[in-house]
Amino acid sequence: MELLKRKESWNIGYEHALGETASWFFVQIRDHAQLYGRRCPKSGRVLVPPRSFSDQTLEPTTEWVKVGPGGRIETFTIVYEPFKSLPDPPYAFGYVLLDHADTAIGGYFRGVDLSDPDKAAAALAIGTRVITRFATERKGEVLDFWFEREG
Amino acid sequence: MNETRVGIIGIGQSHFKPRRDDANYPELVREAVRLALHDAGRELHDIEAIVYSLAPDALLGIGNAERLGVDAVGGAGKRFLRINTGGSTGLSSVAAAHAHIASGECDLVLAAGADKVGECGDSQTILNKIWDPIYERQLPLGTITMLAMSAVRAMQKYGMTEEDMARVTVKNRRHALGNPRAHLRKSVDIEDVMTSRYLAWPIKLLDACPQSSGGCSLVLASERYIRRHALDAVWITGVGHCSESYYIGDRMGNNFVADHADAHALALSFERSYRMAGIKDPVKEVHAAELYAPFSNTEFHAIEAAGLAPLGRSMSMLNEGCFQLGGAVPVNPSGGTLCTNAIAVSAMVRVAEAALQVWGRAGEHQVANARVAIASGNGGDHQFFGTMVIES
Repeated sequence: MELLKRKESWNIGYEHALGETASWFFVQIRDHAQLYGRRCPKSGRVLVPPRSFSDQTLEPTTEWVKVGPGGRIETFTIVYEPFKSLPDPPYAFGYVLLDHADTAIGGYFRGVDLSDPDKAAAALAIGTRVITRFATERKGEVLDFWFEREG
Repeated sequence: MNETRVGIIGIGQSHFKPRRDDANYPELVREAVRLALHDAGRELHDIEAIVYSLAPDALLGIGNAERLGVDAVGGAGKRFLRINTGGSTGLSSVAAAHAHIASGECDLVLAAGADKVGECGDSQTILNKIWDPIYERQLPLGTITMLAMSAVRAMQKYGMTEEDMARVTVKNRRHALGNPRAHLRKSVDIEDVMTSRYLAWPIKLLDACPQSSGGCSLVLASERYIRRHALDAVWITGVGHCSESYYIGDRMGNNFVADHADAHALALSFERSYRMAGIKDPVKEVHAAELYAPFSNTEFHAIEAAGLAPLGRSMSMLNEGCFQLGGAVPVNPSGGTLCTNAIAVSAMVRVAEAALQVWGRAGEHQVANARVAIASGNGGDHQFFGTMVIES
């Protein structure tokens, strides 16, 4: 028998408040091209991206700490498959432990030739030193910065 | 403690497929419920409570679809609870049904759900939406990329290779040939996997689960009900849950508690379910394992979290044949989540398949003489793990 289908789509807009901690973090990126973490007074850990409270103790974090711009790759992936509503491949992104931080922050990796997957993966191996780069025009968001191999 | 034993008395599973254009969503839920009730030899009016298994609404495209599903489980006039813990939803639902009975509140409880992931042309877009919109969503994270990043760390930490990953797919696809309900039932070899295209390095197309449509349902009963009605049952002897903190970046760097390479909280969950079941040495005491692993690499950390291999040893043990049918502890004899992923019920299928094994009803993918089986479910990015021990 003939089986019918119908198309539907969800397209819903939101305006998310960032809160005080993330707002301050992104203002520093936008206005001063500087990344910061927040220190947990109990554990001493510097959380990046900064959080207003520690996930381990629920204590409020108390101190802003300058982190980066150098760091080392902690993990990565290179996307070769197109996904609807996501960027056109290929692109590489992952997590970097910035200098003076204790946790890793996500960001894109740029300046690496991604045409050969295995060579690209070797260039982004865990432990590789990277440097944070900032866009000239910054909006106060995660895409204002990315990582490139040092040197 | 544990005065009320809880048994599984009925199992219903669809034959999972890429699409089910012959049945809409509630019809698919009803299909699984009918199969489970028939298997249990019970009528709908016997059921006292329903736990409804439903993962993120947007995958189905119906907001709070438990509302539409209430008729498909005969929920009117009964206790009704929806569970959503992402990929572990199905196991969490069985755990909630178990709790209804173990608490003494109910004697007969139904867990049910279905998914039609094949109708969603955009699952990675939806799964990108499970990330924090402030710090992480723009990157753009998804379930494939988050687990590719786990694989990269396992490669660094344990020397896991892409060939190791391919062997998981080859094993599970071979297992699925014996499971008439599996979605992907075509054997592949290592070269097929290695030459399939990269989705997110190192995960390739054949390292990844399909998007499946189908339903699953279980009927659970108290021991006194089972005795009174002289029913056949298998027993849920261990139940564990454990969650993990949110940020991927906290599972690396300096002095982390859990490594993103591993499934630390899954190991804690298994410890809890083993303690409840009185299992001290899973390698010796577990006969079959249905471990939630939607990507080939994640089966390794699941095997290790289940205590079936020391950390970093699962790859070589898999290569030696330990986890295939006929091996020491077959893992995913049904083909697993890698061959069938109807997200809302994938982890319930793990419980159903573990139950079929200890019941001796698994057919062509039966593990010989299986009396103790384990099941697990993973939800979010390592956030919500659930585990069970099922015994005959």
